[in-house]
Amino acid sequence: MIRRAGEHALLVETGSLDVSHRLDALLRAHRPPGVAEIVPGPETVLVSAPGADPSRLLPELARLLGTAAAHAGQELPGAPAVTVPVVYDGADLREVADLTGLSPTEVVERHTGRELVVGWLGFAPGFAYLTGLDPALHVPRLATPRTSVPAGSVAVAGPYSAVYPSASPGGWRLLGRSPMTVWDVAADPPALLTPGTRVRFEAVTAS
Amino acid sequence: MIEVIAAGPYATVQDLGRPGYGHLGVPCSGAADAPSLRLANRLVGNPEGAAGIELTFGGAGLRFTTGAWVAVTGAACPLEVVADGMMTRPAMLAPFWVPPLGELRVAFPLAGLRTYVAVRGGLDTPAVLGSRSTDSLSGLGPAPLGAGDVLPVGPSEDLPALTVDAVPPGTPREVLRVVAGPRDDWFAPGALETLCAQPYVVSQDSNRVGVRLDGAPLPRAREGELPSEGMVAGALQVPPDGQPIVFLADHPPTGGYPVIAVLASDCLGAAAQLRPGDRVRFRLDRLAPP
Repeated sequence: MIRRAGEHALLVETGSLDVSHRLDALLRAHRPPGVAEIVPGPETVLVSAPGADPSRLLPELARLLGTAAAHAGQELPGAPAVTVPVVYDGADLREVADLTGLSPTEVVERHTGRELVVGWLGFAPGFAYLTGLDPALHVPRLATPRTSVPAGSVAVAGPYSAVYPSASPGGWRLLGRSPMTVWDVAADPPALLTPGTRVRFEAVTAS
Repeated sequence: MIEVIAAGPYATVQDLGRPGYGHLGVPCSGAADAPSLRLANRLVGNPEGAAGIELTFGGAGLRFTTGAWVAVTGAACPLEVVADGMMTRPAMLAPFWVPPLGELRVAFPLAGLRTYVAVRGGLDTPAVLGSRSTDSLSGLGPAPLGAGDVLPVGPSEDLPALTVDAVPPGTPREVLRVVAGPRDDWFAPGALETLCAQPYVVSQDSNRVGVRLDGAPLPRAREGELPSEGMVAGALQVPPDGQPIVFLADHPPTGGYPVIAVLASDCLGAAAQLRPGDRVRFRLDRLAPP
C-alpha cells in the first residue's frame, strides 16, 4: 500500500526491512525527478518531493516496489560491508552478562559472532540501528538514560546494536568503544553506516 | 560584518536547511517559517536560500560595521535604525538601508513568533552539510546567537538590483488545513473530526522541533508501537497522551508515533508563527487518494 504523507510525500509500505532496503537502493539508483528525500524504515520508505504532486510518482513507485518485493530474500547487490573494531571494556558489559546469563567473554563472542545489517538511521545524525543481533543479547534499555554517552560507544538495547556517532544522552547498554569514526560531516556520505550496510564487530585490545 | 549586540530570547542563523540527509538521521532544519525567509531574501535581491537570522520573540540588536540593505519579515516587530545619533523607524516587508556602524533594533512582536532579518549578500557563516542553519535537535550548525557574535556578510556586487519596493502584509491564519494520514487508521473513528471540531492551545513546550498542542485528545483505535517511519514537516504526530505535535523544521527524520494528518504545505509557515497560548483550529482538506 502507498499512503499519502501530506501534499508532497508518499509513504510506501514495504512490509519488511529487506524490501525497504531494496526499494531505497532502486530509488537512489533511479531517483525520480523532484524527489528530495528517501527515508527507509523497518516497514516503509518515505519519498518526499517538495513542490511536486507526488501522485505522478505512483506508477514508478509501484513498479519499483514490485521489483524490490520480487527479489526479497536475495543478497542485496552493492551493499557495503564494514568491520568495526571494538574494545570490549564497556561500563555495562558485566550487567549485560548478568542479564543474559552469559559470561562477559560469551557476550563478546555473540556480539562479534554474526553479521549485522544497518536497518535505518534515526535518533541522531549517523546513529544506525543495527539489526540481526543475536537474540541472546536482547536486553532492555537502562531504566535511567545516561546524560552523556561518549562518541564511539558500542551498545545494545532490545533487538538492536549501535555505535554512538557523537556524544549524546543515551539509554543503551554499553559493551565497549570503537576507535572508528562513524560520523564525519566532512566525509561523503557523512555516515559510515548507511541503510543496508553489513557490519561485523571485531574485538581488539586497547592500544 | 554584523555584530550581535543582543539576540533576544532565541536567535539562530537559518537558510533553507539540509534536505536529502534524512536517511542518515539528519533533520532538514532551515527557517521554521521558510516563506518569510524567502521573502526577506527576495526583498534584498538575494537568492531565496541565502542565510539570514531567525529571531524568536524579536528582541535583537544588530550593528552593521559596513552599510547594508536589510529586510525584515515574519512576525511584525517595531524596528529602529540608529546611526550617527539619528533614529529612523523602517517598515517591515520592505528593504531599507542601514548605514555603516548603524544599529538595527528589533523590538518584540505583538503577534506571531518568528521574525527574519535578511541582509543583501546573505550571511557568510560556515556551512555544515551544505547549510548554515542551526539545527536545535541534532546540534548541527553553529550555536544559537549570543551577544558579541560576529556574522560575516557575503558579497553583493553580482546580485540583481533591488526591484521590489514592498509587499502587503499577509493575513494571519487562524485555521490550518490538514490532509488526512498517513496513519489516520490508527485512530478511533471520528478522531479527525475531533481534531477539527474545536481549537487547540499552543503549549509552552513548543520549539523548532514542533508545536505542542493542548486540547481534545485524539484516541487510538489500536495499541502497540508503530515501527519507526519517515516523517515530514507539518506532520501531526500523536503520542499516547493523544495531544498532537505539529512537526516543524528541526523534527526528527523518523518517528514511531502515528501521524493522523499533515498540514497543507502553505500552512506550515503559519504554524511556525504560533506562540504559546495561541489558539489554532484545523480543517480537513480532501485530497484524491493516491
